[in-house]
Amino acid sequence: MDIIVCLKRVPDTETRVRFADGATAIEPEGVKYIVSPYDEFALEAALRTTEAGEEGQVTVITLGDEDSQETLRAALAAGADQAVLLRVQGSVTMDGLATAKVLAAELETRDEQLVLFGVKAADDDQQQVGPMVATLLGRPCASNVTSFEMDGDVIRCDRGVEGGTEVVELDLPAVVTLTKGAFELRYPSLKGIMAAKRKPLDVKDADPPESRLVLQRLDYPPERAEGRILGEGVEAVPELVRLLRDEANVL
Amino acid sequence: MGDVLAIAEQRDGKIRPVTNEVVTAAAAMAEGLGGSAQALVLGGTGVGEHAGDLGSFGAEVVHVAEDPALESFVPEIYAAVIAEAVGSRGYAAVLFSATALGKDLAPRVAALIDAPLASDVTGLEIEDGRPVAIRPIYGGKAIARVGFEASPAVVSLRPNAFGTNGAQAAGRTEPFTAAIPDAVRARIVDFRAAETGSVDVAEASIIVSGGRGMKGPEHWHLLEDLRSALGPGTALGASRAVVDAGWRSHGEQVGQTGKTVAPKLYFAVGISGAVQHLAGMRTSQTIVAINKDPDAPIFALADYGIVGDAFEILPRLTTEVTALRSEG
Repeated sequence: MDIIVCLKRVPDTETRVRFADGATAIEPEGVKYIVSPYDEFALEAALRTTEAGEEGQVTVITLGDEDSQETLRAALAAGADQAVLLRVQGSVTMDGLATAKVLAAELETRDEQLVLFGVKAADDDQQQVGPMVATLLGRPCASNVTSFEMDGDVIRCDRGVEGGTEVVELDLPAVVTLTKGAFELRYPSLKGIMAAKRKPLDVKDADPPESRLVLQRLDYPPERAEGRILGEGVEAVPELVRLLRDEANVL
Repeated sequence: MGDVLAIAEQRDGKIRPVTNEVVTAAAAMAEGLGGSAQALVLGGTGVGEHAGDLGSFGAEVVHVAEDPALESFVPEIYAAVIAEAVGSRGYAAVLFSATALGKDLAPRVAALIDAPLASDVTGLEIEDGRPVAIRPIYGGKAIARVGFEASPAVVSLRPNAFGTNGAQAAGRTEPFTAAIPDAVRARIVDFRAAETGSVDVAEASIIVSGGRGMKGPEHWHLLEDLRSALGPGTALGASRAVVDAGWRSHGEQVGQTGKTVAPKLYFAVGISGAVQHLAGMRTSQTIVAINKDPDAPIFALADYGIVGDAFEILPRLTTEVTALRSEG
């Protein structure tokens, strides 16, 4: 069974984010880019599924600028078979629905029965594109999935919900968004890195609809008032409790 | 039109407390827009019984979609009903709580009604008669201010970021009969309850969180005792390191690849304070750090810190908290 994994190129989660007051983008200097961590879980899930008997091809797709090709090559190095870049100019919008429409239009031209996403992108943290794509395509979707198994025409997913784990069954074709769970992306082998250069990477110019969620400005988070170390060891505990009750008013 | 619709969340037929926060925010927004706040409750037979209570958080009207087919939360069905409810009435905004359920449901509704969505929002304002959302991005390292260029503005609110107030309104209930889609291609087949306590870490008002400094899963009872002493509404949290090591379940993980939390009180015990962990808890109202290492980065963020051995400090802290609570 062929599987599609949608990826996003995001700044490394270790990155110190820098921008001028009121800017609408972070300064790119010194920023290292990676595949969004949750998308990596999705990619690993796809690779394991196609390796374990549900034979098929794994195609990775991203909506992004020219530099996103690098991200796709990394996915090919990890084992994906082919890649598609839906190329836009500039940065990807925060309007997940605009992105979802472009992805849905591309997916509609394809036959794959299973489309995987990370539950959210580690830059915008909007957590919306996967379920939006599923809704636009009229396909069932399970989000925040930790593991799944294929069973004929059905995919059975464990998903994290408040209070426990829910097991849902979706009829294929379906969309699943992955969170941290059973899947941790393998490191690419040297052979994989070499092979990635020869795998097909198709670049198509995308024409996204106008963004209707507009970033007006970025601000740094408010500075917390400076904290203090109350002391060492057990002796400091009564003072802590007193302060939590009388100063912080949280007890 | 300046009406704002709050989508209620229910569990086992009861409206969940997070809904009070969403209704409060809807009422504040509606006032700013010159409209009224309304709520929509979906569930099985009987869910409408206390729906009128949402009036005490500012809902003028509470639409109740009561149907056996709505008893369990199948997102495709709920999304279709909500989309139908929204479509006919021209709301300025539709608000959800950014719980696990809300974060799954809001995007589906936004796609069905073709409206933009700002997720996990920590602030809402009105500017030139239009909603503006404030939300953290880059794991909380920046705060984005976003405007909507379409109506309704669909928003999910981070739990505990807005609070509740008793803005009395009519709370008049009205039945809403929606077409329930029958050809749904998703089924819930099982639910396995988590062993750890009844409050989900993402909704707890107090969190006691442990890291590698706890040295092993066998010491977690010290954190459990503190959790117990702090009372209901307290949950256990965990750093990525201890989840990866298999000491605790992913459901407890706080951080960039875990949950983002904003409790009133967060204890970071034996947690050094890696950037990715801070991303998940840096907006907690009060942060207490307990760590053997005085140079641990967590101390730079914490409001109060104690340097020392958690195994000695925790039992004393539990005793002191228990004493305090029995006074009050």
